[in-house]
Amino acid sequence: MTRFSFLLRRPFELIPVLIGISLISFVLLQLTPGDPARLLLGPKASEEAIALIRQRYGLDQPLFVQYYYYIKNVLGGDFGQSMSFRSAIGPVLLERIGPTLYILVYGLFLSVLLTLLLGVLAARSRGRWLDQTIRVICVVGVGVPSYFVGLLLILVLSLNFGLFPVSGYADSFVANLHHLFLPALTIAISVTPILTRNFRATLLQQMNAGYAVAALSKGVPENKVFWRHVFWNSLLPTVSLFGVVASFLIGGTVVIENVFNIPGLGLLLVRSVLSRDYLVVQGVTLVMASGIVISNLIIDIVVAALDPRVKT
Amino acid sequence: MTKSLSSPARWLRQEAPTSLKIGLAVTLLWVLAAALAPVLSSFDPIAIDAANAVLPPSADHFLGTDSVGRDILARILYGARIDLLMAVAGVIGPFILGTAIGLLAGYSGGWIDAVLMRIVEVTISFPYFVLVIAIVSIMGPGLTSYIVSLTVVNWVTYARLVRSETLVLANADFILAARVLGFRGRRIMFRHIFPNAIVPSSVFLMTDAVLTIVLGSSLGFLGLGVQPPTPEWGVMIAEGRTYLGTAWWISLCPGLALCSLAFGLSLIADGVAQILDPEA
Repeated sequence: MTRFSFLLRRPFELIPVLIGISLISFVLLQLTPGDPARLLLGPKASEEAIALIRQRYGLDQPLFVQYYYYIKNVLGGDFGQSMSFRSAIGPVLLERIGPTLYILVYGLFLSVLLTLLLGVLAARSRGRWLDQTIRVICVVGVGVPSYFVGLLLILVLSLNFGLFPVSGYADSFVANLHHLFLPALTIAISVTPILTRNFRATLLQQMNAGYAVAALSKGVPENKVFWRHVFWNSLLPTVSLFGVVASFLIGGTVVIENVFNIPGLGLLLVRSVLSRDYLVVQGVTLVMASGIVISNLIIDIVVAALDPRVKT
Repeated sequence: MTKSLSSPARWLRQEAPTSLKIGLAVTLLWVLAAALAPVLSSFDPIAIDAANAVLPPSADHFLGTDSVGRDILARILYGARIDLLMAVAGVIGPFILGTAIGLLAGYSGGWIDAVLMRIVEVTISFPYFVLVIAIVSIMGPGLTSYIVSLTVVNWVTYARLVRSETLVLANADFILAARVLGFRGRRIMFRHIFPNAIVPSSVFLMTDAVLTIVLGSSLGFLGLGVQPPTPEWGVMIAEGRTYLGTAWWISLCPGLALCSLAFGLSLIADGVAQILDPEA
């Protein structure tokens, strides 16, 4: 019980961060050019009509009152009206979360596979050509823009060999495993270098740790020391790194959804910026920031479950 | 190190890590290409020439032409100016702002530190790229909003690095010695802590330049960064998207240019990290 009791406390500690996030996204909207009432009614509206709208939507109230209403609405799932969709934003956001989550989780899964493979290969051949090659790939990989990787994959695998669709989203979970393979692979390629570098370093560090040296000197075969002890102990720091990677991943999906034309939050975000649909931009920003907070909470729980020492 | 200070050129030839040498060479090559763009290519990077649209690479146009007949090589060379500028301008603002705030937070402590670190915590909980896009949406796309949004979002990383280093240094023996000698707080902060506290963040600066150039070109690619017809590499890659199956060179050439510059900068970062921390 004591081991997991911090998990009950943790959500409450997140409240200040969530308030901060909502404040920033509220302020962002305040900074947008133009009077929202005028934007809503168009340039020819009369002063009376504008005053009426301002009153109706509480725009004549002080900012902190407006913030209070904003929070109240958002908690009730009301993100306002989209100008370009001519409908409520809440349902639009809800509909877009699915595809984004799908490629995020799919991409993360592929990158974990790649990281485990490359990290182990590099660490076990330390200093030899295989290790050097993997290291160079990781150095280069950080600087290769994900949208360019996506276009290359489309060019080779879709256009030349016709193995995968160029864009879009299928309607069943199983069909999407094939349909969204390229976008997921693109995401995996963009985060694998960071994760692999870290995983390799941790593996090497653990190989030199006291317990591993002791086991080796007792005559335990190296293979056994590696797979029984070193490997498992090295997973933990890499899992903690996922918190940093989560932010990177969500940014990555914004770009990749636009490359592959996937109807997720990222495509919505960019389209809304281009069409100046500020309320939608605000909504997407808020949802994505909350996503990061939630994913950090999940990582905390996973780390606590894996590591009995965690008691914060 | 003392020997190297006497002759940087010899040190670079003999002792510098290979990655640093290659990285510097590649980056320098792009700086030269950007500076000598008008000499290296006689084509106009912006003027439309519909008669020569979508030509494959040839003796006239080494890298072919794009959908409105502009020479790709010329656009890549002029584009190097924009992309190099984005790499430099994108890291300097955050570096200065973040260092100032990190130093202030670390050195003053107390409620100033608490408030500043809360702001850092909240900013970090935003997905980096999404917050940049949100700020760009307010200011409108372009180079200025790119620099402003990066500064607003990315100072956080530097502030954290400098703050934690400042906290360590504040208890170091040489600082205690300076205090015993009766130096004032401001002198200790700027003359003694500051030069040492910026070492880790200066290393990160190089890695950050790579991330920044990728981010800037991504914005260009999405239509939220530098606007066409300016020859920016991300913009050029986007322009070739619809021709990917028929005229691969339009997207591929600027893409490779971007990768090679990012590669050069990554190798510099890798080399610098190796010098300062040979264990990793």
